[in-house]
Amino acid sequence: MYFSKEMQEASLKLNKKWADKVQKSLKTNPDQKERFTTVSDTEIKRLYTPEDIKDINFAEDISVPGEFPYLRGNQVTGYRGRHWTFRMFSGMGSAQDTNHRWHMLLREGQTGLSTAFDFPTLMGYDSDSSKALGEVGKCGVAIDTLEDFLALMEGIPLDEVTTSMTINPPATVLFAMYCAVADIKGVPLTKIGGTIQNDMLKEFIAQKTFMCPPEPSVKLISDTVEFGTKFVPRWNTISISGYHIREAGSTAVQELAFTIRDGIEYVEDVIRHKGLNVDDFAPRLSFFFNSHIDFFEEICKLRAARRIWAKIMRDRFHAQNPRSMWLRFHTQTAGCSLAAQQPYNNVVRTTVEGLAAVLGGTQSLHTNSLDEVFCLPSEHAAELALRTQQILAEETGVANTIDPLAGSYFIETLTNEIEEATWDYIHKIDDMGGMIAAIEKGFPQMEIADASYKFQRQLENSEKIMVGVNKYSTNKQHPIPLVEISEEIGDQQIKRLQDVRRKRDSRAAMKSLDNIKNACKKGENVMPHCIEAVKNLATLQEICDVYREVYGEYRDPGLY
Amino acid sequence: MPERKIRVMVAKPGLDGHDRGARILARCFRDAGFEVVYTGCHQTPEQIAAAAIQEDVDLVGLSCLSGAHRVLFPRVVEILREKDAQDITVIGGGIIPEQDFPALYSSGIKAIFTPGASLDSIVEWIRTNIKPH
Amino acid sequence: MDSIIKKICAGDVRSASRLIRDIEDKIPEARAKIKKLYAHTGKSFIIGITGAPGAGKSTLTDALITELRKQNKTIGVLAVDPTSPFTGGAILGDRIRMQRHAEDTGVFVRSLATRGALGGLSHAAGNAIHVMEAMGKDIIIVETVGIGQQEIDIINHAHSVAVVLVPGMGDEIQTMKAGLMEIADIFVINKANRAGAKQLQTELTSMLNLSPKTADGWKPPIVIIGDAFKPDSFAEDIAQLAQKIEEHHIYLQQSGKLTERMHRKAMAEIKDALAACLLEPVLESLTVSGELEHFAEKIKSRKADPYSVAEEITQRFFKNQDKK
Repeated sequence: MYFSKEMQEASLKLNKKWADKVQKSLKTNPDQKERFTTVSDTEIKRLYTPEDIKDINFAEDISVPGEFPYLRGNQVTGYRGRHWTFRMFSGMGSAQDTNHRWHMLLREGQTGLSTAFDFPTLMGYDSDSSKALGEVGKCGVAIDTLEDFLALMEGIPLDEVTTSMTINPPATVLFAMYCAVADIKGVPLTKIGGTIQNDMLKEFIAQKTFMCPPEPSVKLISDTVEFGTKFVPRWNTISISGYHIREAGSTAVQELAFTIRDGIEYVEDVIRHKGLNVDDFAPRLSFFFNSHIDFFEEICKLRAARRIWAKIMRDRFHAQNPRSMWLRFHTQTAGCSLAAQQPYNNVVRTTVEGLAAVLGGTQSLHTNSLDEVFCLPSEHAAELALRTQQILAEETGVANTIDPLAGSYFIETLTNEIEEATWDYIHKIDDMGGMIAAIEKGFPQMEIADASYKFQRQLENSEKIMVGVNKYSTNKQHPIPLVEISEEIGDQQIKRLQDVRRKRDSRAAMKSLDNIKNACKKGENVMPHCIEAVKNLATLQEICDVYREVYGEYRDPGLY
Repeated sequence: MPERKIRVMVAKPGLDGHDRGARILARCFRDAGFEVVYTGCHQTPEQIAAAAIQEDVDLVGLSCLSGAHRVLFPRVVEILREKDAQDITVIGGGIIPEQDFPALYSSGIKAIFTPGASLDSIVEWIRTNIKPH
Repeated sequence: MDSIIKKICAGDVRSASRLIRDIEDKIPEARAKIKKLYAHTGKSFIIGITGAPGAGKSTLTDALITELRKQNKTIGVLAVDPTSPFTGGAILGDRIRMQRHAEDTGVFVRSLATRGALGGLSHAAGNAIHVMEAMGKDIIIVETVGIGQQEIDIINHAHSVAVVLVPGMGDEIQTMKAGLMEIADIFVINKANRAGAKQLQTELTSMLNLSPKTADGWKPPIVIIGDAFKPDSFAEDIAQLAQKIEEHHIYLQQSGKLTERMHRKAMAEIKDALAACLLEPVLESLTVSGELEHFAEKIKSRKADPYSVAEEITQRFFKNQDKK
């Protein structure tokens, strides 16, 4: 980074002078604490200087937007052409309820949809399953059959709005429903766009929404990647997610490392089993990260993520297409950083986290509502959260220039450190035989458990501070209105489901389930059969039960 | 020499897999000197109650973040009562709005801890309120 | 008959579990109950499952339960986990993998913490087995801690012991060699879909061929268990394991070895009971009176030697016994 030896000498001299002054000053003004660390417990220095980045080669390590290693972003024009997508995660109660909320959000300037499903849907159970007791419509929208999905998409222009669906074990089924709705509405599959999360490895690692064992789970994912590549070219068939890893208590580096290593696992599987070339599908891979409360650490994490993925695509998979090397990602602010105490503070936290995501160059953003620690967001809270990112985009000027923090001694140093620590994890997991093997050993799970326990302990002894929780707490209450999902919604949903079962052509439904089973057994792509099955009104659980029967069920190995 | 140890169970009823809190609690209880039975995610109230009885625990701590606590927590208490095991104390935690507290308390849940509750306060509550069988 | 004893013999889980708790906590009344219960014990077949942590013992136990339930056998499981030496607490997590049987009234799973015991079980294990026997369980599976190589307690309690190994732990075989051969009636190579399974099998086989144990009519078979995530083939492998355990049971009965093992078990039980009736009260009274500390000081400063101290204590206590 230095341009001459003289410059370095002068700089070092100044460093020395400053360090001496610090020592003197500390005698009368001691620091407030011994260690200054990020939320992930990475130690941060008092000052960063040119010396910290003296080995950086601008052209190779930083470069410009749109050029390898894409540290500064994929788009050459940054946010000037268009802002990141304002994409608020939402879903509640019945399909009609959620459709109503979606129309509100679109009216208020949201530019993409993002679906939250309830737990029975996420786990592949119908609303009338005994496992669904108390859960229907609570955490998101309940979807049992194509009828529900049609109601969900009522009045939504499929060829204009892109829809993201947070769905994992039953991703094939929901993707099939989306395709079926497009067919019914006469929109060609080549015109629809969206994302299914469809990242099972992070479920085993962190979120525990699982159904079948890892291997067949990855097989089903590869089926969607293949189908999407061939027939639904604008669809992101997988959103490789660090969000939930972080919410489970990981550090920033663990979030990044495990997510990227998951990505490697998926790419390898598709190449191995589907015979596709990496450049055929890699441009449609997308990522999903968390933006936590430690401002600089998050910015550096997102910057490092782009550079690491570009290197992996170039050096490990020998991708030729620059788009294969782009790491495109959605960001959500950290739910786990919010507090139930003094809930209005959450608006401030979310603002800072949203800002970090933008400075890190996100393509799409969800900002949490202040009430998400209690329940699903109220309409007012969701609007406030949407406004938060609109203010970032329209008023603050932070999107005027691309990657504005590049070149900072601190930012570049921390970016490098995060990248290095991430490679260490990636190599370690390579040595274990890949991510599936590491998961079987419980490696990522235990790393996260250790990190989360450590953080909780630090919170307990006030090494880490949460305002309103372990400092500045008060008995004064400023209650906020909360959304309540009535238990009746479950009853109504069950009634709807049973009506569909009664009126459908059961023979046709059963026949198409048989076809799925045969495809599973023969190792064929299940997607075309799934589309046929949902059109014949086979239920979500009926299809998932086929998977469970053929592939077996995965149960919580309970690592602690 | 006779020594009564506190035995507790940490369980996650329902379908949500957000087990960070549950796992942290399990470790914290171990560090407090309790014997902790952990049942993992995705448990039905029936499974939880049966396990609590087989393990003869003094207390069951339920964790739920999906909103299903209103149905699932009281159900665990109810089954324990049916099986003549009402001496097993049930407490709950997770994302539980204050407006749900009265109904949960009157269903027999003895304490509710929400995000931000300190681990020490939970351990303290157990030490104060639980006399091992 | 005591109502608690009656209830336990009728299979009541609450009473049984509570008694096991009292045994663990060393509540004096528990001993009286065991005495009354003893006549109703001794009819179950007891299987020990041992092997290093991560070998998959709990998953195997879970699968064995499924298999044995198909044969309508009632089952008790004792799963032992380590107590933290620092805090005295323990996380008992084995039952996570068996929770799908929680509602099956034919299955009773009870977790035990070692509470300082070093032999791979808990001091309470022997009597906890008796409680399950009295409940009328056909089969009792005891899963050991799996931490150390000194897990030999299990042979005093189980009729058949399965030692679980996994590929990639080759060195372990070498270090465990002697102990292993002593306790294993059946070897299980678990997770055999992993690299190194063949090599492990070869090593084990050659070790077995050198073993003198082959002479007494039972050569420990090696059961290969593949990927637990392949439901059909895994179930077949487990059926094979259950079959081998059954064969060993028949062998024990026909060869007279079962009586031999029962005898060994009786000897061990006498020793345990003696320790509980003689040694523990002595130690307790010395601790309470503070004399134990006092003796330790004397030994430390070389004013006395441990043997003289022990003889003095013995004489005193036997005199007390005579007076009574």
